[in-house]
Amino acid sequence: MLYREAGQFKTNYVADSAIFPLRQDRIGIGLIIIAAYALAFLGNSFLLQAVMIPFLVFSLASIGLNILTGYTGLLSLGTGAFMGVGAYACYKLMTAFPGVNVIVWIFVSGFFSAAIGALFGLPSLRIKGFYLAVATLAAQFFLQWCFIRIPWLVNYNVSGALDAPLRTLFGTPIMGPNATPQTRYLVVLTIVILLTWLASNLVHGRIGRMWIAIRDMDLAAELMGIRPLQTKLLAFAVSSYYCGVAGALLVFLWYGGAEYDVFNINQSFFILFMVIIGGLGSLIGSFFGAALIFILPIVLGIVLPAMLSPFGISVGADVIEHLRFMIVGALIIFFLIVEPHGLARLWQIGKQKLLVWPFPY
Amino acid sequence: MRAPDNPVFAKGDVLLAVENVSLGFGGVKALTDVSFDIRKSEIRAIIGPNGAGKTSMLNCINGFYYPTEGRITFKGVKRPKMRPHEAARGGIARTFQNVALFKSMSTLDNIMAGRSIKMRSNFFWQLFRHGPAMTEEVAHRRFVEEIIDFLEIQHIRKTPVGKLPYGLQKRVELGRALAMEPELLLLDEPMAGMNLEEKEDMSRFILEVNQQYGTTIALIEHDMGVVMDLSDRVVVLEYGRKIADGTPQEVKGDQRVIDAYLGVAH
Repeated sequence: MLYREAGQFKTNYVADSAIFPLRQDRIGIGLIIIAAYALAFLGNSFLLQAVMIPFLVFSLASIGLNILTGYTGLLSLGTGAFMGVGAYACYKLMTAFPGVNVIVWIFVSGFFSAAIGALFGLPSLRIKGFYLAVATLAAQFFLQWCFIRIPWLVNYNVSGALDAPLRTLFGTPIMGPNATPQTRYLVVLTIVILLTWLASNLVHGRIGRMWIAIRDMDLAAELMGIRPLQTKLLAFAVSSYYCGVAGALLVFLWYGGAEYDVFNINQSFFILFMVIIGGLGSLIGSFFGAALIFILPIVLGIVLPAMLSPFGISVGADVIEHLRFMIVGALIIFFLIVEPHGLARLWQIGKQKLLVWPFPY
Repeated sequence: MRAPDNPVFAKGDVLLAVENVSLGFGGVKALTDVSFDIRKSEIRAIIGPNGAGKTSMLNCINGFYYPTEGRITFKGVKRPKMRPHEAARGGIARTFQNVALFKSMSTLDNIMAGRSIKMRSNFFWQLFRHGPAMTEEVAHRRFVEEIIDFLEIQHIRKTPVGKLPYGLQKRVELGRALAMEPELLLLDEPMAGMNLEEKEDMSRFILEVNQQYGTTIALIEHDMGVVMDLSDRVVVLEYGRKIADGTPQEVKGDQRVIDAYLGVAH
C-alpha cells in the first residue's frame, strides 16, 4: 500500500525523465546507501573482508561488462584481462609516483584499461556475436601473456606478483597490510557508488540510447546517423574502464596482492555469468548477479551445516562443498528457466505487481 | 542543419536524381539502368510487382548498397560512396518494410534516439546528466513530444515498443524517422498489413507531414488505391527496369504497367 505511483505528478520534463521517478524508489535507494555505510561500523571484519568488499568489486566489474554485453550487445570474454590491465597500470603508477594519492591512481588506471579495451574492440565493426567473443579471447590470452612475460610490469620483483604497498588517505591507511577491512570497505563502497551513479547517468541519456539502438537493430541505428564504430568503441572503452578500476580494487583493496592468474579466463566467465544471471542491460542486475554467484555459496556454506545438524546428520566439509556447488548450479538453472532475462527482470515484475497490489492489474 | 554552401531548394526543384543506376549481386541483376528524379516537396511513389527492385532502389538511395553503375545526385551534389549514417546526416530518413524499431526501448526513447544526430552535448556532461546535457535533453524532449502529439501516440509514450500492436509500431517508426527532420523521407511499405482504418490514419499522417513540413517523400506501396490518391508522381519498376514514370493517371493507363500487373496472354 505504501508503494504507489498515484499523486506523484510530473510538471516538467526534467522531473519526468528522472532516473528514479517514484518517490518511494528514491527513498529506498537512500536507505540502501545509508545501510551500506552503516555496515562498515556494524559488520565484523569477516563480513566486510570476505563478503562485502568482493561483492562490490564484482558488481563493479559486472557493470563494466554489462555496458558492453548488456547495453551494446557485444559479447566479450576479455573481462579478466581488462581487469588485469587496470590492476597492473595502478601498480606501476602508484609505485612510480608514490607522492600522488592512490585514489587518483585507481581512477587513472581505468583509462589505461579503456585504451586497451578500445583497441581490442576494433574488430567489433566487422564481427558480431560468438565470433566477436572469440576475437576478444585474443585480448584475454595476449594480455595474460604480457602479465607473465613482461617483468617491468611488476617492477622486476622476483615473485612476479603484485603486492599492495602501504598507502594512506587523510592519514588513515587504506591499502597495504595495516589497512583495516573497515577502511578498505568504505573506500571501495564510495568508489562503487560514484561509478554506478555515473554509469546510470550515461545509460539513461543520449549515449545509452545509442548503445541500445546498436544492440536492438544495428542497421536502423546506422540509418539514423549513429556511427557504429565510434559507438561500439565508446562502449568498449567505458566498459573496460569499469573493469580496470574493478581489477585495481580487486588486487589492492581486497586480496592485498595477487599474481597474474587472478586475471585468467575463468575470471572472465565468472563475470559473464554474473551479468547473464543478473540481467543483461540492467545496472541493478549487475549487483543481483554478483550477489547470487558470489554471496550465495558463502551463505550456503554457513547455513547448510546448521540446517543439517538438527537431523543428526553431521557431514564433512567436503560434502558441504559439493552440496554448495550442486545447489548453486540448480538455482542458476532454475532462475534462467523462470526468467531468462535475469534477476533484474524478476525485480522489475515484482515492483510492477507491488504498484497495483492487491489487484492483479 | 544544411551545410551553408548548399543552395536552398524550392518546391519543385530536383532534390534527388537517380541516373542510369544498375545494381548487381554476382550474376543477379537487381536494378538495370534505372533513372528518375524526386522533386522537392512531392510525394513520389515507387511501385512494381514483387521482386521488381523497389527496396533495392531505396537501399541504394540511403547507402546500404552502392550502385554498381550509374550515379545518384542529392541536393545537386553527386554522391560519393556513402555509408547509411552519412546519408542520414545528409537528411535522408527511412522506415522499413518489416518494422525495425529498437524493441526494448519505449516509444519515447525510440523517437529520442532519432534525435541522436541533433544532440551535441559532450561525454563529460552526459556523465553527470546535468547542465548542457539536461538542457539539451529537455529541448529535444519538447520536439519529440510534438511528434508524439502529431501522431496521436501519447498514451503509449512509456510503453516498450516490442509490446505494441503492429499498426502502432509502424506509427512509432514514422515518428522516429520524423525526429530526424529529414529532407527526404523514404517509406518502405508504410501500410503493409494494416486494416482500412489504420491505412486511413497513416495516409493522413503522410499527407500532413508533406504539407505541413514540406518534407519530400518517396514511398513504396502495394495498395494501388493509396498510391493513386497520395502520390504526385509514380515510377513503376519491373524486373529491375523502369517501365513507366508519370502522374498516377498516366501510369494507370500505361499498357506495360497493366501487363506487368495482370500478366500478358501468350
